[in-house]
Amino acid sequence: MNCKYLKSSLTAIVLVLGVLLGVSTTAWAQQPGKRTITGTVVDETNQPLPGVTIIVEGTTTGTITDFDGNYSIVLTEEAENLQFSYIGYQSQTVPVPQANQLNVQLLADTQEISDVVVVGYGVQRKSDLTGSITSVGTDDFNSGLISSPEQLINGKVSGVQIMQNSGSPTSGSTIRIRGGASLNASNDPLIVLDGVPLESGGISGNSSNFLSLINPNDIENMTILKDAASTAIYGSRASNGVILITTKKGSTTKGIQVNFSTTNSVQTKTQMPDMLSRSQYVDVMTSRGSDEQKALIGDYSTDWYDQIYQAAFGTDNNLSLSTRVAKNTPMRVSLGYYNQDGILKSDNAERLTGSVSVSPSFLDDNLKFNLSAKGAHNNNTFAQTSAIWAASIFNPTLPVYSGTDAFGGYDEAIDNGGNPVNGGVRNPLGLIEQYNSTSKVDRVIGNIDMDYKFSFLPELKFHATAGYDYAKGKGNIYVPAEAAQYYTTGGRDYAYGPQKNTNRLLTTYFNYNKYYDALKSSVEATLGYDYQYWKSTTPLYQELNTAGEVQSTSAATDQRHAMVSYYGRLNYGYDGRFMVTASLRRDGTSRFSDDNRWGTFPSVALAWRMDQESFLMDNPVLSTLKLRLSYGITGQQEGIGNYNYLPVYTYSQEGAEVQYGDQWYYTYRPEAYVSDLKWETTKSWNAGFDFGFMDNRISGTFDFYTRQTEDLLATVPAAAGTNFDKNILTNVGNVDSHGIEITLNASPIQSKNLNWDVSFNMSWQKMEVKNLSLIEGGSTTNTLVGPSIDSYQFQVLSEGYEPYMFYLYHQLYDAETGKPIEGAYADLNNDGQINSSDLYRYHSPAPDFILGFSSSLNYKKWTMNMSFRANIGNYVYNGMAMNTGAWSTVSYNSYQLNNLSTSFLETGFNSRQYLSDYYVENASFLKMDNLTLTYNFGKIWDTCNLNINGMVQNVFTITNYSGVDPEVPNGMDMNFYPRPRTFSLGLGLNF
Amino acid sequence: MKKIYFCILAVSTLLFTSCEKDLDQYPHTETTSESVYTTADNYKAVLGKLYTSFTTTGQEKGGGNSDLSSNNGQDYMRCYFNLQEVGTDEVASTWLEGDKVIDLTYLSWDANDPWVSDMYYRIYYTIAMTNEFLRNATDDKIAGFTEEEQANIVHYRAEARFIRALTYYHALDLFRNIPFVTEDDPVGAYAPPRYTSSQIFAYIESELKDIEDDLLSRTELEYGRAPKAAAWTLLAKLYLNAEVYIGEDHYTDCITYCNKVIADGYSLEGDFQKLFNADNHLRTNEIIFPLPVDAESTVSWGATTYLICGEVSNTSDYQDPAAYGVTSGWGMFRVRGELPALFDETDGRNLFFTEGQTQYLDEVDNQSYGYFMSKWTNLTDGGEVASNTVDGGVDTDFPLFRLADVYLMLAESVIRGGSGSSSAVALDLLNELRARAYGDNYETDGKLAASDLTLNFILDERARELAWECTRRTDLIRFGKFTTDSYIWQWKGGVKDGKAVDSKFNYYPIPTSDLTANPNLYNKEY
Repeated sequence: MNCKYLKSSLTAIVLVLGVLLGVSTTAWAQQPGKRTITGTVVDETNQPLPGVTIIVEGTTTGTITDFDGNYSIVLTEEAENLQFSYIGYQSQTVPVPQANQLNVQLLADTQEISDVVVVGYGVQRKSDLTGSITSVGTDDFNSGLISSPEQLINGKVSGVQIMQNSGSPTSGSTIRIRGGASLNASNDPLIVLDGVPLESGGISGNSSNFLSLINPNDIENMTILKDAASTAIYGSRASNGVILITTKKGSTTKGIQVNFSTTNSVQTKTQMPDMLSRSQYVDVMTSRGSDEQKALIGDYSTDWYDQIYQAAFGTDNNLSLSTRVAKNTPMRVSLGYYNQDGILKSDNAERLTGSVSVSPSFLDDNLKFNLSAKGAHNNNTFAQTSAIWAASIFNPTLPVYSGTDAFGGYDEAIDNGGNPVNGGVRNPLGLIEQYNSTSKVDRVIGNIDMDYKFSFLPELKFHATAGYDYAKGKGNIYVPAEAAQYYTTGGRDYAYGPQKNTNRLLTTYFNYNKYYDALKSSVEATLGYDYQYWKSTTPLYQELNTAGEVQSTSAATDQRHAMVSYYGRLNYGYDGRFMVTASLRRDGTSRFSDDNRWGTFPSVALAWRMDQESFLMDNPVLSTLKLRLSYGITGQQEGIGNYNYLPVYTYSQEGAEVQYGDQWYYTYRPEAYVSDLKWETTKSWNAGFDFGFMDNRISGTFDFYTRQTEDLLATVPAAAGTNFDKNILTNVGNVDSHGIEITLNASPIQSKNLNWDVSFNMSWQKMEVKNLSLIEGGSTTNTLVGPSIDSYQFQVLSEGYEPYMFYLYHQLYDAETGKPIEGAYADLNNDGQINSSDLYRYHSPAPDFILGFSSSLNYKKWTMNMSFRANIGNYVYNGMAMNTGAWSTVSYNSYQLNNLSTSFLETGFNSRQYLSDYYVENASFLKMDNLTLTYNFGKIWDTCNLNINGMVQNVFTITNYSGVDPEVPNGMDMNFYPRPRTFSLGLGLNF
Repeated sequence: MKKIYFCILAVSTLLFTSCEKDLDQYPHTETTSESVYTTADNYKAVLGKLYTSFTTTGQEKGGGNSDLSSNNGQDYMRCYFNLQEVGTDEVASTWLEGDKVIDLTYLSWDANDPWVSDMYYRIYYTIAMTNEFLRNATDDKIAGFTEEEQANIVHYRAEARFIRALTYYHALDLFRNIPFVTEDDPVGAYAPPRYTSSQIFAYIESELKDIEDDLLSRTELEYGRAPKAAAWTLLAKLYLNAEVYIGEDHYTDCITYCNKVIADGYSLEGDFQKLFNADNHLRTNEIIFPLPVDAESTVSWGATTYLICGEVSNTSDYQDPAAYGVTSGWGMFRVRGELPALFDETDGRNLFFTEGQTQYLDEVDNQSYGYFMSKWTNLTDGGEVASNTVDGGVDTDFPLFRLADVYLMLAESVIRGGSGSSSAVALDLLNELRARAYGDNYETDGKLAASDLTLNFILDERARELAWECTRRTDLIRFGKFTTDSYIWQWKGGVKDGKAVDSKFNYYPIPTSDLTANPNLYNKEY
């Protein structure tokens, strides 16, 4: 944007607003019996404080200081006291002096800061909030070894479910706010880092843990916007909730504050799949095995889990400096080093992060800048995770090493041609040690924020953010030629990437904030424009073997999309008792055709602070009571390809050519597309109240919500022959959901030496698929979805039911032994045969209740924190028990025997019973996530504070579930990388 | 003041509209249909995808960037082989559990069977792509090209319609009553009507007759493309099985089209085994329509790779993978004992690996039971290993239609009462096949007399000549032997000694997923 134009346009807008709104401020006239008091308000460094609210106590008369900290207020004779208040400062009540001059100094109040909540495009006082918003600050963050930002708030917020996808340090988490609104499109919330909405998904070399490139230690606050009224300002990306991350800034006080913390940890393996022990295995084989099979029993005793898992070390070190480099220029610099091994050997994530933020202000604080840059360099080593499966089923009577040099010395099953058996299971340790996959990822997120307060109209602010998120990821894979895993193709030695992702953002908005004392009204209006552009490119790469021969070719990719948005919001408050928020956003996206490109997303919310009413004002017990009601429409466009509405053709690569005569030619393939693709929209209601008793020693919130998602983006089977794929992502049907969220905080003990705070949250949610027919009038659909084993899928989307319910046969049991009878299922439709029409819907992986509980007990210098989490009513399919629990799985070839699940001892099945409900178990659980004991030495010398803490994470799990972990992605327990238990010692120093 | 307003308006209009232009984003590495159909070469490239859709599964080597979501991710021919052969006496699969072919093997599948579903969607995937090609190849749309280019595209168009007729024929043969969709239907939310087998039969028949003139003859055509004779052969197959499909006798029509093929200048290849080796692209004398596979350029993990690697044991102490041109065997396909029993010792087509193997099966999924086939190889004419099969599969093309089949169809139609030929001609043609098969022993062991020409003989002779060429199931059904007790083979119906099964297994069900997506469809018996 041309600067000249910018300046003139800004000036013009200001003038207009000034004319419209400024009139009231000048319409003062001296009246009899009244007098005018003037004065200046300054901060503790004697800098003038603009925007301080001054109210005559017991009335609603008030004013605000100008940019020089000056004010003037007209008082009646009855006026006794003046209240001075300002966000972030301690309020003061001062008696009206005899003189007409009153200067006041306000002191910063760290306590107060927590009462300000970051909302989309601005901040709001917590007491003024109308929507369902939860803010978690540093004090309440989880401690211990935190691998990624979302882990800071795991279990802390009702309605928010965070599940680490596996125990690997390179794995990320699945975050769901109110369970997500969609089925197949993304259910990930929008994450906004310091005003920059981040692109979902990952990058080559870090596909699942991209968020971890933001150092959790740099985060000041995370705010979760849950209801549509709060999120609708983010329009088309808001249906799954929004997480606003605010990073730490420099300090406003003089001197250098240094923070150093270090956490060092050991992770150990926990629960493993329950396979037969060596002696059980030998018993089973000798009693049931054929002669050929018995011949394959070895003399060794190998615990393959011990071979591939290890105790894993990790360290996380952070150093930050916070200072004021010049007058009005706070600055913060931080450095972080994180290095975590996985419990699976060779698995490792290493991360070096740095951040700088400088926040200079000019023109008496009327022009503020914030420049910040966050950088991360990430090295990953990915273990060959197929070793997890191999270790489970590898014959426990075989040795690790063969005693020969073949295949790198690892004992492998060899066929008649001297090759590793085709389709056989490879030596688990060989899989790990002969596989070297590394990646390097760099990410830089920079943003420049500008806030300009118009000197002649301090109520009006202009804000601009220019953000840039750049990431580059690449990797190498090497497998020696002699390794069994790629033996017949000569190993692997190739590089992929670099994939480059860029995300550019321009945000500009005006914010007008004024208190009209004559009307007892506060008005805050925001009007803005956003532009965001994403680009991701990957060069062509070829998978080569160690001899440099091409094994496969992956085409280059170049994906781009853009979004343009206009938005506005109006907050109106009357008398501190009634608040109304209305917002409107209009989004245009490049992902849809011209006709469907633009969407409008409105919202409105009301709040009533009953505690401010005269009948409750002085209530000794009830200190806070606020009722809230909101409605909004939000959209969803993630999870869709960038060009899905266009008839795209893909050119083929080497090896996928057509022969004409004696020549080969590349081919063109049409891709599936849906020309009238559009937004998924969600309409939601939220009703709730906030309450507090006994000066808020007990406080809490309650919310009830309903959501209707329409034009659901779902991947459903297209009628065969009508498109270029079996399944297409398109707008179909509706899903409804409703739920309840409760949060309770209490401080049972508050004394000089002993303090105890507890907090509890609970969410309950029900979801129902209303309609999933692609074609109107289509019969009731049962769309098979979810993870699969050998192409069997176990879950279903059906109209009128919860999504993702298990869809299986009902197992019949022997009346005497109680054992399941192989292949005997209930004939549910009574037609005399067992076929797919006897499948039925049996529970779902989604919990009915999610509970969180945390406790902080402080005695003198000791603090003990605990956090627990529980899910009730979630079901898991025990895939390991099924897939290794039948006799036929003991051998897939003549050279190799496989171990079996102990489930086999219970069922005695000959063949795998994929679709038996026997394997679906209630996986309700209670987990103790965190136990921390901290000793705060306080000042150890002059200005230095020290604290030391010991932590255990993933302390215990109580569950009746028989598999590895009751908390697994998509309710499928299969080859799960177990979550470790972590013991750490931490030390924090600040001076 | 007005000036300022104007400025704001001008600037914001400029800024915002230019940004809004960014909302028009088009692919950079891929392209859109608008730009694809601008050159005749591109038409040929799209046609190429139609041809390779039988053997490959994606736009990258070995299936990368895959074509469509499916259960097993395998190619058209792998599915087709499984559905046509695995349940018959021609195959005993080792991978019963691992590859989920238990239900196919035991003739006990249902509408959720993964292979049945994959075959079905593969067929309709090819049909959908063909329709898309034809939508863009109308006379109007190609009017801008040179006359020569237009003429070429007219041929491509006819070939695309042949490919569609072929896939519809497979759909008819496997599923009977099926959804029907052509280039006149839209892409997207649309429920194709259910066509009965009679309607589909009539459609295939009219399509094949309609394109006859626009297809090139075998002498004008590049290898890999479909000549006129391919359409004739397909018509012959359609007519031969008409009683099964529509309850009408069309043997005379069958003979008509067999005669057309025979008159087109084809001749039998002298060496039977050379039809099934890595140089079989040279056998255009006999092979009418091949599906080319190449370890470098058209890599397939199904089609012939599936057969050749599959017929080589990975447990036998006696068999040498290199003798088949294979790096390592997959060891999953043997034949049931009834098939070798059909062969004379001196029949040159008696190509089984028997050493260390039993003829009959005590267990299905144990490699030591049942003979391995040795008909197919990945060896060149000179006996060299043609490719590293682990890296790129085989070089052997799949002969989908060949002259020997046409001879057998003609002979069968004559015996079944069709006119347009004679028993004498039929006898001569069969004796040509026998002479090639028996070589020096032809006069003593192989030569047929007129009295040998019975229907049962034809069925057995088809098994001897066309084993593993994806015709056994169709043949057994035509002879009423696939589900009934008039012919029992080991493990038919899931019991060792075999048993009859429900007659519904004469065709496959429409998969459940399409029943939910398309309300016009239903399965009567499943």
